[in-house]
Amino acid sequence: MKTARDRILAKLRAAPVQPPVEPDVAGYYAQHTPPTTLPDRLRQFSRMMRAVHTELHYTHAHGWPTLLARIVRDKNIGSVLLAPRTPHGERAVVALSQLDTAPQLLTFDQPIEAWKDQLFNGVAAAFTGSRAGIADTGALVLWPDAEEPRSMSLVPPIHLVLFEASRLYENHYHAMTAEGWAQGLPTNSLLISGPSKTADIQQTLAYGAHGPRELVVLVLLPDDLDPATLEVQP
Amino acid sequence: MPPIASPSRPTDVYFFGTCLLDLFLPEAGLDAITLLEREGLRVHFPQGQSCCGQPAYTSGQPAEARSVARAQLGLFPQPWPIVVPSGSCAGMMHRHWPTLFADTPDHAQAVAVAGRVVEFADFLLNVLQFARHDHGDPTQVAVHTSCSARREMGTHLASEALVEQLDNVTRVSPAREAECCGFGGAFALRHPDISGAMVSDKAAALQASGATTFVTADAGCLMNINGKLGCGTQPFAGQHLASFLLHRTGGQA
Amino acid sequence: MSTHALTRHPTPSFKAQSHAAVNNPDLRQSFGGAMDFLQAKRASQFPDPEGFAELRRLSEAVRRRCLAKLPDLLVQLETQLTANGIHVHWAETPDEANALIHGLIAARKGRLAVKGKSMVSEEIELNAYLEARGVTAIESDMGEYIVQLAGEKPSHIIMPAIHKTKADIAALFHQHIPHAPYTEDVDALIQLGRNALREHYRQADVGISGVNFAVAETGTLCLVENEGNGRMCTTLPDLHIAITGIEKVVEKLTDIVPLYAILPRSATGQAITTYFNLISAPRQPDEKDGPREVHLVLLDNGRSQAYADEQLRQTLQCIRCGACMNHCPVYRRIGGHAYGTVYPGPIGEIISPHMLGLEATRDLPTASTLCGACSDVCPVNIPIPDLLIRLRQEAARPPSDMPLHPLQGQGASYRLTTAWVWRLWAAVYGHPVGYRLFSWCATRFRRLTPRRQGGWTAHRTPLIPAAQSLHEQLQRRRPTAPAAPESHRP
Repeated sequence: MKTARDRILAKLRAAPVQPPVEPDVAGYYAQHTPPTTLPDRLRQFSRMMRAVHTELHYTHAHGWPTLLARIVRDKNIGSVLLAPRTPHGERAVVALSQLDTAPQLLTFDQPIEAWKDQLFNGVAAAFTGSRAGIADTGALVLWPDAEEPRSMSLVPPIHLVLFEASRLYENHYHAMTAEGWAQGLPTNSLLISGPSKTADIQQTLAYGAHGPRELVVLVLLPDDLDPATLEVQP
Repeated sequence: MPPIASPSRPTDVYFFGTCLLDLFLPEAGLDAITLLEREGLRVHFPQGQSCCGQPAYTSGQPAEARSVARAQLGLFPQPWPIVVPSGSCAGMMHRHWPTLFADTPDHAQAVAVAGRVVEFADFLLNVLQFARHDHGDPTQVAVHTSCSARREMGTHLASEALVEQLDNVTRVSPAREAECCGFGGAFALRHPDISGAMVSDKAAALQASGATTFVTADAGCLMNINGKLGCGTQPFAGQHLASFLLHRTGGQA
Repeated sequence: MSTHALTRHPTPSFKAQSHAAVNNPDLRQSFGGAMDFLQAKRASQFPDPEGFAELRRLSEAVRRRCLAKLPDLLVQLETQLTANGIHVHWAETPDEANALIHGLIAARKGRLAVKGKSMVSEEIELNAYLEARGVTAIESDMGEYIVQLAGEKPSHIIMPAIHKTKADIAALFHQHIPHAPYTEDVDALIQLGRNALREHYRQADVGISGVNFAVAETGTLCLVENEGNGRMCTTLPDLHIAITGIEKVVEKLTDIVPLYAILPRSATGQAITTYFNLISAPRQPDEKDGPREVHLVLLDNGRSQAYADEQLRQTLQCIRCGACMNHCPVYRRIGGHAYGTVYPGPIGEIISPHMLGLEATRDLPTASTLCGACSDVCPVNIPIPDLLIRLRQEAARPPSDMPLHPLQGQGASYRLTTAWVWRLWAAVYGHPVGYRLFSWCATRFRRLTPRRQGGWTAHRTPLIPAAQSLHEQLQRRRPTAPAAPESHRP
C-alpha cells in the first residue's frame, strides 16, 4: 500500500520541473557588509539591544564578577541559577557569595522533571554565558548545553548573560558561516534580542509575556577598549 | 529656454481613447488630444477601437478578453507610440496583452503593439517634456493614481510631477494617498459594500486634504470617486488630468 | 483530495459576512487603526526602496530554488531529521494529520497539550480534534490564547486577536482566569495571561508548535517569536510535535538568513524578533531539559495541487508574514473573520482554493480590486494579483474546457448566463460595427439609462453616457493647429 509520503512525493515529482537558479546569498552579504571596527559593531549592537529593552553593561575581564554581584544586589535578586562548572560560573559563584546578603545559588544538576516546580516558582534569575553576538540587528547567540540547559534562559524572570565582545559579528550570516553552524548545531540554539514581549493586546507593547521580563547583558570588552568611547556616538 | 525636444520625440501618435472615456468622459479624451496637438503632434484616432479587454480579463474571461483585444491589434500599423489616457488600460495593454496572447498566432503582434503603449501622463512628461505657463489662480490639488498604473507603470510620479510643475498649483497629499479607491472594475458591482466603503473613505480623504479638486489620469477611478462625491452636498469633484492641465495652461492653442 | 475538506471550513457566504463586517463601525475602526500602525512599522524598516527590492529579490530567489527542489529537499530533510533523532510523519489531509498527532499523544497517555502559534494547526482544526478525544489543547501565544478563551478563530495570521479591544480582553480574562480582577491595563492583563499560561507550561505533557523554516541541510526546525511561548512549548513538555506545510523546507542553513531578515521586518516592522529558536534534536542523554521525543508532521492539504502548476506554485513561496493583509484595503475594511477561512486577506485568497477547493472558496479570488498593494509589500514577490486573475479564470472555466491537471472545484463559478453576457460583450466590443451601434444607442437613448444600477448606485450617482461618444466627436473635429514653441515656459 502506498503511504502518504509516497503519494505526496509522487505528486510533487509529477509536477513540471523548473530548473533551480542558485541565489547568491554569500554575494549579497559580502556586498552588504561594509568593513567595521569592533567599536562600530558594539555601538550598533548596544543601540539595537537597548531599543528592545535589554539592559546592557560594559565591563572587562577582571571586573565583571563585581559588576554581576552589584547588579544582583541592586535588583534584590534572591536566588541565582548558574553553572559552577563553567569558568564564568565559577567566578560568579565566588563574587555572589561575597555579597553581604548573598543570594541563594542554584545549579541545574538534575533533570528538569525533578524540580520543575522550583524552577518555575523558586528561581529569581539565571546567569549564563553566550556563544556569540550579532551587531546589525542586535542579538545574542545562545548554545545551551548540559551545563547550561535551555530553560535557564527561558523560565527565570531575569536572565543575566555574559557576552565576550570579541565574538560580535557583523550580521547573522557572518556569525553562522564564521562559526560553521551548519557543521554542527546543538539540540537547541537560539538568537535572543531582548526580554520576552508581546503586542497582542491592541498593539500595545508589553514585556515579560512568558519568558524573562529582564535581559541583562554584561559585555566583556577587550582590556584596551574604554567603555566611555562606546557610549558616545562619534 | 524652451526645452530641447528629445530625439525620440515623435511627430505622430496614436490615441487609444478607452471604452470608459469614449462613452462617459469624451471631453477628457478631447482635452488629452488637444494637449498633444498643442505640443505639435499629429494625433491619430483609429475609429475601429473600442476596449483593451480588461473587464473580461480581470473577470476571469480570457477568451472574451482576447477576442476584444485582438480587434484592436491591427489598428496601429505605423510605428508610432500609442498614447492611452487611462493608467489601468495602459497597464492592461502594455503588461498583460503579451501574456493574454501567449501561445497564439497573434503573440508577436501583441508584443510589438504592447511595447508602443505609453500612458498619457508618462508620455506628456517624459517624452514631450511638457512645461507650460500656468494661467490659473493659486490653488491646491490632490492627485489620485490608479493602482495598476502605479504598480505596473509607475505613472504616479509623472502625474504628480505634471501637477507640481504648475506655478500656481500646490500638490497636497490626502491621507492614505496610495490606497485603492475601490473601483476594481467588476469588483464595484460584485462587492458593492466593500467597494462603497473604500470609495467613501477615499472621497472623504480627498475632501479633507485641503485640495480644491483632485485630478487623475484614470477614467475608472474618476467615475468611481466622482460618483461617490456626487451623492454628497459639497461641490467637490475631480477631473481628468488632461482637462486640468489644458485649462490651467491656456486651453486651446 | 478528500471530500471532507469542503466541510472542514464551510465558508459561510463571503458576501453576507463581509456585508456585516463592513457595516460594523467598531470593527472598521479597530482594523483601520491596527493596519495604519502595522503599515507604519513596516515602512520604518524599509526606508530605502532599493534596499528592500534587493533583499526581496534574494529572498524570492531562495524560496524559488527551494520550491524547484521541493521533493528532493523533503527527502533530505527527512533523512537529516531522522539522523538527528527527530521522527518525521507525512499527512496528505487534515484528518491524517490529526489522527497522527493524536496517536502520538495517546501513545504517551498525554492529557494536556500547550501549543505555540501554528496556522497549520488551525488549518486542520487540531484543537477540536484533540478536545473531542479527551486531550486539552491550550493556545499559549497571547493572541491565540485570547481568541481561544473567546471561542473564536484568529482574525490575522500574525496578530490573532487584532479584532479585540482591551475592554474585550479585560472581560474575557476576568471571566475565564480564576481570581483575575477586571483591568484594562495592558501590562496587568499580560501578567494575568502570563501567570495562567506558566501554570499550563509547567503541567503540560505535550508541546505542539508550528515551524517557520525547516532546514534540509542540518535537519533543523526554526521558530520565530517574540513572546517565548514557542520556546516554552518546545522545551518543557517531554513530547514535542511540530506541524508544518510541505512548502516550508529550505535547503541550506544560510537560506534562513535572508528569510529571517525580511520576515519580521515585513510582519511587525521589527528588525529582529526576541527569539529565533533552532531545534535540531531531542534531549540528549547528558542534557537535563528539552523534550525526549520530537516529531515533525509534514502536511500537504492541497499544497501539491498548487505545486503542480508553474504559475500557481508561486503561492507556496509565502513565508506567512501577513504584510499582504496589513496592506490590503479590502482586509482593512472587513477584517479577517469575514473571509471564513483560516488564512484571510490576499494570501488566503490565493492559498485557500487549493486547501478547500474552488467551490467552497469561489468568492475569495473576487474579493480584491487587484490594486496590488499586497504584491508591492510581499517579501518574496508573489504576484498576487496575477494569481487572483488566474484563479478567477479557473473558477469560471467552462465545462467544455477542462485541463489535464484540474484544480479542485474548477469551473465552480461557471454559469451559462454569465458566459453569455461575456460572449455578448465580446461580440459588441470585438467588432467595430457592433461597438458603433452600441455606443450610438447608449448615447442617443441616454435618458433611458436606468437610475438604479445595482451595486454601483448604492454608493454613487448613476452612470449616464455622454450625449456623443469620443468616436463621434472626433469624426467631426478638425485637429488644432500645432502650437508655437514660444508658449513653452521660459
